[in-house]
Amino acid sequence: MERYYQEALECASPEEMRKVQDEKLIAQVKHVWDNVPYYRKKMEEKGLTPDDIQSIDDLHKLPFLSKADLREAYPYGLVGVPLKDCVRIQSTSGTTGKRVVAFYTKEDIDLWEDCCARAITAAGGTNEDVCQVSYGYGLFTGGPGLNGGSHKVGCLTVPTSSGNTDRQIMFIMDLQATILCCTPSYAAYLGERMKEMGYGPDDIPLKAGIFGAEAWSEEMRHDIEKNLGIKAYDIYGLTELSGPGVSFECSEQKGMHVNEDHFIPEIIDPETEEVLPVGEQGELVFTALDKKAFPLLRYRTRDICRLSREKCSCGRTLIRMAKPMGRSDDMLIIRGVNVFPSQIETVLLNHGYGANYQILVGRENNTDTFEVKVEMTPEMFTDNLGEVSARQKELSDGLKSMLGIKAKVTLVAPKTIERSEGKAVRVIDTRKI
Amino acid sequence: MAIKQISVFLENKPGTLNRMTAVLAEHEIGLRALSVAETKDFGIARMIVDDVLAATSVLKDADFIASLTPVLAFEIPDETGGLNKLLNVFTETKVNVEYMYSFLGGKKTSSAYMIFRVADTAAAESALIAKGLKPLRQEEMEEI
Repeated sequence: MERYYQEALECASPEEMRKVQDEKLIAQVKHVWDNVPYYRKKMEEKGLTPDDIQSIDDLHKLPFLSKADLREAYPYGLVGVPLKDCVRIQSTSGTTGKRVVAFYTKEDIDLWEDCCARAITAAGGTNEDVCQVSYGYGLFTGGPGLNGGSHKVGCLTVPTSSGNTDRQIMFIMDLQATILCCTPSYAAYLGERMKEMGYGPDDIPLKAGIFGAEAWSEEMRHDIEKNLGIKAYDIYGLTELSGPGVSFECSEQKGMHVNEDHFIPEIIDPETEEVLPVGEQGELVFTALDKKAFPLLRYRTRDICRLSREKCSCGRTLIRMAKPMGRSDDMLIIRGVNVFPSQIETVLLNHGYGANYQILVGRENNTDTFEVKVEMTPEMFTDNLGEVSARQKELSDGLKSMLGIKAKVTLVAPKTIERSEGKAVRVIDTRKI
Repeated sequence: MAIKQISVFLENKPGTLNRMTAVLAEHEIGLRALSVAETKDFGIARMIVDDVLAATSVLKDADFIASLTPVLAFEIPDETGGLNKLLNVFTETKVNVEYMYSFLGGKKTSSAYMIFRVADTAAAESALIAKGLKPLRQEEMEEI
């Protein structure tokens, strides 16, 4: 029996959903026009007034917001309510430039937690469950979001936050935790650590995991599921829109249902900015329908993915989005194939290497050359040359199966790949075509 | 008693081995034996030094990846057939050698020393001792 947290909305008919979205969009555009001069100016530049938006069919007329706008309007320029009505901020790590600081009213937090509660319920969570939240608590949205969702579902919530792996494992085993929320790479690490400690999947009380906030592959999902003896559910979100719970996976594990009564997704061509039909791949754009403190309209996520209206056997009618391939501005085309650094990173982590790597793309004899340099780690090193070479080959095979093209893998000494203060320089492309 | 070899990851390019020896020299660590195995883009230096703990820690501080590996060391008289006699016992006890290297010298110039990496060091060691062989101990190695 499939359970829903808010069945009427999660399983609404297309007509019902459209009605909800139309009403909310009209009200939200008016709210933004009245309270966010930064966006009002953008609308005026296009000759728009709130009267031009009569339904979601008019959404495409509205101007976009981008990360650059967030930077420009930092910190208060996009806030839509008086600060006395804001009760919280959350913030990103700032790895891609300036930190994003997002604001919430009490109501905004309530709706965000509803979204997370839907995700936990879709993963099978009920008030009988013990839900361990091993996402970081603090500025990062992962901990607070899932913590709130877990409360709403009525799970016994174990707020371990991230880190201190042995203590995490102690709580999982002692309190018989049944649901784990954390990043997929941490779940993989916990799985390996528990295996080393002699816990098999049958000894581990967990039954489900809700993992997000970074890219992960299907292979990684299988490993986590096997080691921990759970079903692993993906969850998606971004601080700009609230945090985790913008979309979530159901037991079908075929894409994530977007909470489209709160967030309308669109797919656009990142170059021409034209809206693409459902099913085509492009950049994901979201319009927040309910958020009052930080009401972003047509926010360009830079995530590349596709949407699907196909009927889902879980009963939810919420539109589904595929796992994002990566960020549009990070995509490389090598020998005609789209390659995202996040995919490479996933393979490296899956194979026990760290995230210190560099991608070198060049051109020789009219063919692209593609090399991945990765730093050796003490864990991957042995005195046996054959074994180190075999691991290098496994990594190379892993990259081939993820990307579809062959990469030369070079193992380099620790700390030889340059660290930078902001976003790491991952890609060196010397092609001149 | 098995002795400890330090294994170090090195990139296969000019200057990396020298950077490692510079660190050892700076900290006055003496090399007893050294062997390098390499592929096209990386290599593994294996060495016996006079102060294992100091060497490991200074190499790690200098951002090298260094691990300790148990190996067996034997003193062999520097005469024809010396190694052969020793290996006869290895064969008899079915000890497989993964890799080996040698060095001459130290204070007793009439001896050669052989270092062996075997799969199961402890088992090999007891089998060889039972046959009357005497692997060198860490302290003996440091005094050579």
